[in-house]
Amino acid sequence: MQLEEKIASGDESNPCISKSTRLPRKRFYRARAHSNPLSDSHFPVPISPHHVEYSVHYPHFFPSSDSPPDSKKIEFADVGCGFGGLLISLATLFPETLMIGMELRDKVTEYVKERILALRVANPGQYQNVSVVRTNSMKYIPNYFEKSQLSKMFFLFPDPHFKEKNHRRRVISPFLLDEYAYAIRAGGIIYTITDVEELGDWMKSCLENHPLFAALTEEELEADPVVKLLSSATEEGQKVSRNGGQTFKAVFRRIVPSV
Amino acid sequence: MEGDDSLLTTEDNNKEVVELEVAPALISVHPAHHSVAVAVGCELRVFNLREGCPVTLGAESGEVCHHKDSIRAIRYGAKGNVFVSAGDDKLVKIWTTDSWRCMYSVSTEKKVSAVAISDNGQFVCYADKFGVVWVVELDEFNENQALVQKKGSPLLAHYCSIITSLEFSPDGQFIITADRDFKIRVTMFPKKPLDGAHEIQSYCLGHTEFVSCLAFVYNVDCPHGYLVSGSGDSTVRLWDFTSGLLLNTCDVGSEVGRLMANGTESNYFAITDLCATCDGSSICVAVQGLPGILLLTCNLLAKTLSILKVVSINGEDFIPTSIGTSLTSNFLWMVMGVSNLPGFDSSSLARVRIISGLTNCNSESGDQNHNILEDQQVPGGETLLQQLQGSLSIDKDVFSAAAEAVKTSMRNLLIKKQYSSEKREFRKRGRNDRKAKR
Repeated sequence: MQLEEKIASGDESNPCISKSTRLPRKRFYRARAHSNPLSDSHFPVPISPHHVEYSVHYPHFFPSSDSPPDSKKIEFADVGCGFGGLLISLATLFPETLMIGMELRDKVTEYVKERILALRVANPGQYQNVSVVRTNSMKYIPNYFEKSQLSKMFFLFPDPHFKEKNHRRRVISPFLLDEYAYAIRAGGIIYTITDVEELGDWMKSCLENHPLFAALTEEELEADPVVKLLSSATEEGQKVSRNGGQTFKAVFRRIVPSV
Repeated sequence: MEGDDSLLTTEDNNKEVVELEVAPALISVHPAHHSVAVAVGCELRVFNLREGCPVTLGAESGEVCHHKDSIRAIRYGAKGNVFVSAGDDKLVKIWTTDSWRCMYSVSTEKKVSAVAISDNGQFVCYADKFGVVWVVELDEFNENQALVQKKGSPLLAHYCSIITSLEFSPDGQFIITADRDFKIRVTMFPKKPLDGAHEIQSYCLGHTEFVSCLAFVYNVDCPHGYLVSGSGDSTVRLWDFTSGLLLNTCDVGSEVGRLMANGTESNYFAITDLCATCDGSSICVAVQGLPGILLLTCNLLAKTLSILKVVSINGEDFIPTSIGTSLTSNFLWMVMGVSNLPGFDSSSLARVRIISGLTNCNSESGDQNHNILEDQQVPGGETLLQQLQGSLSIDKDVFSAAAEAVKTSMRNLLIKKQYSSEKREFRKRGRNDRKAKR
């Protein structure tokens, strides 16, 4: 909040914020690419989805801290949102939908927070529907989302964990898909993309083998405006394009299995 | 945390001390009260209540099939013909309770922390300290069969969290798993469990510390029943497990703290174990640091739990490490014990007590007919106690050391260590990106 005031008052002294664009400068938020997903880090975790602080994340939609029973809920979750590229693009594409980024690295989360705050100031009325939280989504998805709450879940360029002994740390795994299937409603969509072919095969096969997910058809992929954003909207995706690399997508729908 | 004079000294001290892990004694009772089993360290001790004699495991087959390291979980199946034991030796042993032969042995990758048997006795599930729950299918057992080695299939997982308790719902439709990260997960138990249990029914979220134990409470009027859970946050909670809704929270910690105001300096009253009486009217709770048992009344219609009273054992500072009942009898069996106790001649101890008459407790009548059985009154008498305890008399000093040791080991296992920021920075000193000068 202090930073927002600084920006608004035209305080030029904060070096982390670019003077020209008013957006945070990435080089002050450099972080290692990896963060240990097994460590029990020191960030607060909501005890249950009812304890998620909507009024802190989306003050425009939730002016007071009481939320009435039929209020809006978060529908899109970007797991491992990195520097926030996808969320920023989605925010204007779906202005009435609440969305959240989940990121493990604290410096990167700070960057995204400040980016969103700066965008909110520079574009009144916009970007109020997007926020970020520092958390370990592999452990705490059920703490943030109720059953069948989400309509879209994103896993863009996740850590490949190349060594076989570390495969269990991958964010897409048969066990974790159970939890994602719990949080995503029937008909909701899970989007994954990577530039590592082996990981792409792995994610696709985990999804194919899971009884609660079915692949989207080519026509459905063409028709979905979000699919194009997977490779173009994120910093990782742009880097891959620049280097002329290939990407591997797996986009699946959450289904209700026939008994 | 105590102050560290020098961070370096503490680190070195930690490396030098290699202690055997203390393991609490466990007790499990046959559903029709045919036998009772106590596990202390790697020893499994069984007493046949119907014939009033001790059981020698694997006697008929002549096989030696004892556990080689601490047993962490034991269980009878709902029908009573199967018994499971598992723990730190990474072996799950499945026994037939007729002849107490070991039918199956399952080798596991990680140490096992919990076991459960499906209602029809067809599947045995076991959970490890890494958060994975495995399942094995039991085939028709032929009496003359030699020991069969089996391999478990993964059923479900709590990501990187120690699973502390595993239970099947009374109708066998769901499997409930509780973990160290405050979560309780209710998953549909499928027709083909070997393919995995993928449909999560609900999460019961509300505890603010590790969940240590689970039990179901139900009666004739409410056969579907509700879930009861105990936790390191010193509460016992009642849940509608189909929806995940928290129905009631019972603040055991403040009540026990109030009662023990003169005694202890700590206010740490984690729930060790709990079980429901067979008529669904009460919950018996074992609390760390509290001698005796705390009784809660359970009103299934109103969906509430309330504290009734503490039943204490006269003359003994008896803090149970494990409790159990059968479906048919009126007895609450309790064991207090530990293995690998440092600094004492006999490094393991177990003491068994029974409270009878706990059913038909209600809050209107203050006095019930509950009764703490003396050693001679126990079914099987001193023969049983000799078999299950290993000896008849227990040293008082050993008792209090045991209670402390169990408390510390549970805390170390299940509560994540909090480091000060200096200590955390110090621990990162070997990391590559820290070493390089900017």
